Amino acid sequence: MSEPLVLGIETSCDETGIGIVRGRTLLSNTIASSMDEHARYGGVVPEVAARAHLEELQPSIEAALAESGVALEDLDAVAVTSGPGLAGALMVGIGAAKALAVSLGKPLYAVNHLVGHIAADLLTGDEIVLPTVALLVSGGHTSLLLVRDLTTDVELLGETVDDAAGEAFDKVARLLGLPYPGGPEIDRAAATGDPNAIRFPRGLSRASDLDKHRYDFSFSGLKTAVARWTEQHDGELPVADVAASFREAVVDVLVTKALAACADYGVPRLLLGGGVIANKRLRDVALERGAAAGVTVRIPPLSLCTDNGAMIAGLAAELIASGRRPSTLEFGADSTLPVTEIQVAETVAVP
Amino acid sequence: MILGIDTSVGTSVAVVDADGVVRADESSDNPLGHAEVIGTLIARALETAAVTPALGVTALSDDTEISYVAAGMGPGPFTGLRVGIAAARAFALGRGIPVVPVVSHDAVALGRLLQAAMVVEEDVRFAVVTDARRREFAYTVYDGMDADGLPVRATEPALIPRDDLDARLAELGALRLDAHAVPAALIGLAASRALAAGRSIGPSDALYLRSPDVTLPAGPKKVSA
Ligand SMILES: [Zn+2]
Repeated sequence: MSEPLVLGIETSCDETGIGIVRGRTLLSNTIASSMDEHARYGGVVPEVAARAHLEELQPSIEAALAESGVALEDLDAVAVTSGPGLAGALMVGIGAAKALAVSLGKPLYAVNHLVGHIAADLLTGDEIVLPTVALLVSGGHTSLLLVRDLTTDVELLGETVDDAAGEAFDKVARLLGLPYPGGPEIDRAAATGDPNAIRFPRGLSRASDLDKHRYDFSFSGLKTAVARWTEQHDGELPVADVAASFREAVVDVLVTKALAACADYGVPRLLLGGGVIANKRLRDVALERGAAAGVTVRIPPLSLCTDNGAMIAGLAAELIASGRRPSTLEFGADSTLPVTEIQVAETVAVP
Repeated sequence: MILGIDTSVGTSVAVVDADGVVRADESSDNPLGHAEVIGTLIARALETAAVTPALGVTALSDDTEISYVAAGMGPGPFTGLRVGIAAARAFALGRGIPVVPVVSHDAVALGRLLQAAMVVEEDVRFAVVTDARRREFAYTVYDGMDADGLPVRATEPALIPRDDLDARLAELGALRLDAHAVPAALIGLAASRALAAGRSIGPSDALYLRSPDVTLPAGPKKVSA
């Protein structure tokens, strides 16, 4: 069979993503973001996100079809994120994907959002070498994974026990009186700051934590430390130094733990994904320290790092190529879907 | 034929033909689980109605293909309501056919009026009432049926605190009709009558009747004493 033509629908957070791929070839990566609508609240509001998905879905699908020159009836399959993510937001995509699949009489693949982030790297055109460690960092998740096989064997090594890294950026930006989203604002403020001016804590990095939480992250203590520091500081707040030192603490702990996993598992490859990868300091430190440790660091283009539908379509295309059967129509949104469930509700084989 | 979808209460999917005959009616009363069941109910309704899975615009009177999708637009609890609207739009997009939006309470009202007509009951003003959560009801008041066979709204859908409903309905002189289901067959029938009359009877966006409830962040929280 020729390479499968798949349309992917992603609505797990605040981006309505529609992607169309043929095998590993990207044909469209259409994203409508409701980020601006969340700005006044200082963070993603689930109900606002879900309402935006309902409004954006149809125009986004139409835009993706127009861009790729694909007709719906030519599709081989429809794919959708079934989790993890915001339940109410996921349900909009699931309702649409099921109805579209039934309407077209095409198979449906329900897939894992986090594994989708890894599949995004396939669409860059370079061969991905497995196994690889993957660090996925966004406003919704901070996860460290070991990927042995994209369609059958993904292991969760660790994740955040409280805030996601992107959330920490948003909360600290607010503390410093900077707008939402916090990532780019902190970056801008940090440009002239000294990253070593203030020694903020690295979460779950003490020897006593490393036993149980070697690959886990925690950012809520860091956020509190920044709040306390700014409160107790007399005189004008050195915003640039606070921003740079905070960012350094986040980047340091992310890269240290990711490279520790590479060393522990003897896997000299690290793949980065998620919207926080937009942070240049994180990319630079990962590349620099990766090189020093003999670890090859791969960073897909930003449009494939943030949440998108192409990665969902791409993962489904891999599942199809590996002979996996479609999902049944009976699955729901699973806001805490474990990363080991790469595909959800696969049809039982008929003997 | 018309495919009707409503998820404003439970999940209901039906196929109605041009003569108003219900060809398939698949429903789940579960007030949750809309996303879980919607695909299966649509597939089953199409199968029962023996609809061919072909594409393209067809006439309403075509009895082998779906030519319109009627969508219940609410009011209803948001999370579930959106599933049906998203499904209706996506199904229509897949077939290249239009969506006909219907106020979900209109379907319940139409059912009540058709029943009343059969028992030659005199026209009484009544209110369709559904649960809106958070100690509120959603209600719409109706005054009989018009010449097109569609219910006449005396008031538009609105929310009211549960304790205030009866006084409000007494003031409006409306009988209370609590609805625990919105049948998609009646969504389809209302759409079919609207199409026959060349009228548009529902809003193009979901009837939330409530802003997303979020509180704007106050200044930074104090963390140290
Ligand atoms: Zn993500």
